[in-house]
Amino acid sequence: MSNLLIPNPKEAESIHIIREVAAQFERPVLLFSGGKDSITLVRLAQKAFYPAKIPFPLLHVDTGHNFPETIEFRDKLVEELGLELIVRNVQDSIDQGKVREERGRYSSRNSLQTTTLLDAIEEFKFDACIGGARRDEEKARAKERVFSVRDDFGQWDEKNQRPELFDMLNGKIHVGQNVRCFPISNWTELDVWEYIKTENIEIPSIYFAHEREVFFRDGMIWTANEHVYREAHEEVELRMVRFRTVGDMTCTAAVLSEAVSLDDVVGEIRESTISERGARIDDKRSEAAMETRKKVGYF
Amino acid sequence: MSENRKLIKIATAGSVDDGKSTLIGRLLYDTKSLTTDKIEAIERSSKQRGYDYLDFSLATDGLVAEREQGITIDVAHIYFNTAKTNFIVADTPGHVEYTRNMVTGASTSQVAIILIDARKGVIEQTYRHFFIANLLRISHVVVAINKMDLVNYDEEVYLKIKADFDELVAKSDFSEDQITFIPVSALKGENIARQSEEMPWYVGNTLLDHLEVLEPADLEPSSVARFPVQYVIRPKTEAWHDFRGFSGMLYGGNLKVGDEVTLLPSLNTSKIKSIHYFDQEIQEAAPGSSIAITLETEVDLSRGDMLVKSGELPSSEKQISATICQVNNKALTVGKKYILQHGVNRVLAKVDQIESRIHTDFTGAEDAHSLKLNDIGRVHFRLSKPIHFDSYKSNKSNGSFILIDEAEYDTVSVGFIE
Repeated sequence: MSNLLIPNPKEAESIHIIREVAAQFERPVLLFSGGKDSITLVRLAQKAFYPAKIPFPLLHVDTGHNFPETIEFRDKLVEELGLELIVRNVQDSIDQGKVREERGRYSSRNSLQTTTLLDAIEEFKFDACIGGARRDEEKARAKERVFSVRDDFGQWDEKNQRPELFDMLNGKIHVGQNVRCFPISNWTELDVWEYIKTENIEIPSIYFAHEREVFFRDGMIWTANEHVYREAHEEVELRMVRFRTVGDMTCTAAVLSEAVSLDDVVGEIRESTISERGARIDDKRSEAAMETRKKVGYF
Repeated sequence: MSENRKLIKIATAGSVDDGKSTLIGRLLYDTKSLTTDKIEAIERSSKQRGYDYLDFSLATDGLVAEREQGITIDVAHIYFNTAKTNFIVADTPGHVEYTRNMVTGASTSQVAIILIDARKGVIEQTYRHFFIANLLRISHVVVAINKMDLVNYDEEVYLKIKADFDELVAKSDFSEDQITFIPVSALKGENIARQSEEMPWYVGNTLLDHLEVLEPADLEPSSVARFPVQYVIRPKTEAWHDFRGFSGMLYGGNLKVGDEVTLLPSLNTSKIKSIHYFDQEIQEAAPGSSIAITLETEVDLSRGDMLVKSGELPSSEKQISATICQVNNKALTVGKKYILQHGVNRVLAKVDQIESRIHTDFTGAEDAHSLKLNDIGRVHFRLSKPIHFDSYKSNKSNGSFILIDEAEYDTVSVGFIE
């Protein structure tokens, strides 16, 4: 038995938030992408309820363009922890004619996820969606609340947010509203990596350097495969790369890297001079890209 | 996250054009927290606007509306770190809604940086910013006298502002050692991370050095242990058949296995059997820990109840007086009912009497019939059930509450119990 617990303040805060979600809402769900932030959330949720199981399911909105390594990892994690996993597919939303597939050079299914997510919220009557967004990711996120109230259309109204004082969270909502909950709001990318290392948390292999067929466009490294639009002159090369953020293949750029262990990765992040979102093709579209997506219900 | 790096939480306050965003941008730049793509974006925007310098304020001004109007409209959170310290900055705007925003930002901060434009000196806004720091009992205030480059780095200017500010300090609850003055130029980077050669007369630390020497333990005054029950963990599995863990965050002081405890509101007593942090059993937990506690005896204890050490009972009252800050457009009026959330506990509250509206410039109070957005006042409430509280002065988390509108569910007020 260890003696005195000196808390890690960011971890303790996150556990506090996750317990508030479980206590204040009827049907919470954890939005799980298979990326490092949502994996960290799962560990924090384990800590919040141990020795009981995590009292809410995971929801994966699958674009159909995920890295196979991520899906494999997701299924293994769910199996090991005995969690309930709900998968809803963007392909279904396309087939139902609710959204239209983008075409051409920068096409991605990333923004199409919103419709699938909102449909899933309605289908399961989720009143709280726990997400791994961090305030350091992007400017519009810096103003996000820990409990962010959305209307029936999932919309975010930046001028009408509830002030959050001390650590008191107000999750009271009306029928039809739901709340996006962000337990790791106050973590930085480096915090997440250092935590994964300290806690020895398993993450998908694509976060580590590996050989991959890629091509270069706009100074970024794109995965070369059938889901990613590529022009004839864009040549495919075999390079050692890893991913810093893991989303849809069409919107996640790789970085050249030799980092094969967590120590290497943490070292690289510390030295890094490109922000994580700099490797997100979806944010490069315009300076206000994230803010615009959030207003229409993106998580 | 690294366990050997401490966490310091800072709120910044300044009037419009005091250069607050520039100061934060400068801190980010000088600690190499801005990445090349962000610096490029700043260079691009600065150029587009025809500036001949890097406009660091662009590093923090977030939303489209803000960029269009050139103002900050809400509390933004900014993160940076040095080798020894993680910093969280709650950047609060300086315009008319500053009270609500600064109270919000300051509620989660240990340190406040108050910016003063060296050309303008101590102005009415400075009074108000300092008043809020005082109301929220911020542990440490840094007065950054900015734009020293525009007053020829003149020591006389600095001394005059310091003397004016000291008069304010005398009217407050702060002691002199809680206040530090630093002359800076955020635009030029003087005394931010680099000791200024332009101001050899200033022998103190740079802003960054000063923030680094602060110790979180010194910034969180110790009090007595308060453990509000957040969620009851009942695994109902073979291995953990009888486990009933009362989970929550511990505030104010340590709790350890074997402690005699009293449960509120029942006033039943028991003893701590075990303390759990994930899969570890620990002997003792320090404040700020998110833990689960089991008790020696079967007791009735659920969310919103509180566990304290026997002999250290808080006040339990159905009538309370508090200083209220109104953070919503809807006014607080006599007779109005609210949901009062005290920590994780909720009761109904009715406004019995509004005693006064307090001037936020240390000039006293006046009679009031309602409190509007950004007003601060003294209010008496009647509650549906007693709450178990301490004065805000002796325990911040157990001495504060929020009011939730009964119909709209918005957070409309924050209260500090006397």
